[in-house]
Amino acid sequence: MINKIKTAQEAVAGVKDGMTIMVGGFLATGSPEILMDALVEKGVKHLTVIANDGGLAEGQPNPFPGATSRGVGKLLDHHMVDHIIASHLGVNPRLNEQFAEGTLTYTLVPQGTLAEKIRAAAYGLGGVLTPTGLGTPMETNLDELGREKKVVEIQGKKYLFELPLFADFAFCRPTVADKFGNFYCAKATKNFNYVMASAADHTIIAPEKLVEIGAVDPDIFAVSGTLVDTIVEGEKPWQI
Amino acid sequence: MADLKERIARRCAKEFEDGDFINLGIGMPTMVADYIAEDIIVTCHSENGFAGIDLMADETNLDVDIINSGGQYVTVVPRVKYFDTSESFGLVRGGHVKATVLGAMEVAENGDLANWIVPGKKVAGMGGAMDLCVGCPNVIITMMHTQNGAPKIKKHCTLPLTAEKCVTKIITEMCVIEVREDGLWVTELHPDFTKEEVQAATEAELHWDPELKPYNED
Repeated sequence: MINKIKTAQEAVAGVKDGMTIMVGGFLATGSPEILMDALVEKGVKHLTVIANDGGLAEGQPNPFPGATSRGVGKLLDHHMVDHIIASHLGVNPRLNEQFAEGTLTYTLVPQGTLAEKIRAAAYGLGGVLTPTGLGTPMETNLDELGREKKVVEIQGKKYLFELPLFADFAFCRPTVADKFGNFYCAKATKNFNYVMASAADHTIIAPEKLVEIGAVDPDIFAVSGTLVDTIVEGEKPWQI
Repeated sequence: MADLKERIARRCAKEFEDGDFINLGIGMPTMVADYIAEDIIVTCHSENGFAGIDLMADETNLDVDIINSGGQYVTVVPRVKYFDTSESFGLVRGGHVKATVLGAMEVAENGDLANWIVPGKKVAGMGGAMDLCVGCPNVIITMMHTQNGAPKIKKHCTLPLTAEKCVTKIITEMCVIEVREDGLWVTELHPDFTKEEVQAATEAELHWDPELKPYNED
């Protein structure tokens, strides 16, 4: 059987300057830290990042002084991101600093719409019709690729037509995975990890616990290993 | 001010019934959970991934895999259900979360809400607010009636909207207002204020419910 287990350095070898990547996590809870570390080590630049937010900066969240940057925050620290597509950009101060410097641009997408745009890419849909954002700047702003939004009326109700969101790579952090790549994420670490795993050309997972195939009840898995290209060992539970 | 915010949170807590599934925003809305009657079960949605927020976590019970939508570590109730973002917002847009409680920068007399961006200021983002305001059948605004003396309840919003015609009720330290087809109707008035004082603090025209009641905060 194909061996999907690689080192973090091997796993990110194919990530090139200018690529679009998806990173699971919500304020870094559920983000694959060892994969972010490997991207920083590789020094890849000009990324477009699709994530819920900009992760956390050093010292966040309060009151845990001494905490290092987490999740997408690590990429921002090293100025590796040119554009971020996210629902919230207020927490990590690096974001607004880099917007002000002119080195980073952004596209805001409502959180539920962001998940569905990714899911549409994952599951072969031509887009999503959502009432979210009608009458707001989401209707009039251009989308992440500079396209105008369409308003569609169906049975007397209006919806915004949102196009699918694809990526070159998805980086996900399972709590438990088997060596084929079947995985699940515990508690509030699921967030975007499940939809992202299905929406990218290459999916890399960094499970907190890696088990043999057949070692756990397969019914616990939420994502099929058939979607996973690469598995990296060594992810640790976040320690405060 | 702290007392006035507690007043608003206490009043808002009376909106909910046994079995309700609701979402409480960051700040004053979060305080509402402290005042929900103990003899009913209300389940609080955390849009980042579960139904069943309990309390703020401390060092004795903190689980690094459980944060609320503000990034704070919290505990969960035994009936908790975890889900991913897609399912979480499916529940929201599908109307399965009965009410959302949010703060506001501006509310218009037709129920338009602005609470996510001030152009030219630091970029934050809407997070889940637009989905919540469109999807939840009840959008309840808890806020101080004015901002530095300036009315926040207006004829029209001047800031970019979070959602159109979504607000169903406004609860301030002065009064409780229902947003109806024909405008804003005050249903409860706090005894510390007169009708004239409340209208003077409000840009939009207020209507007074024929069965106007005292503000119910006991």
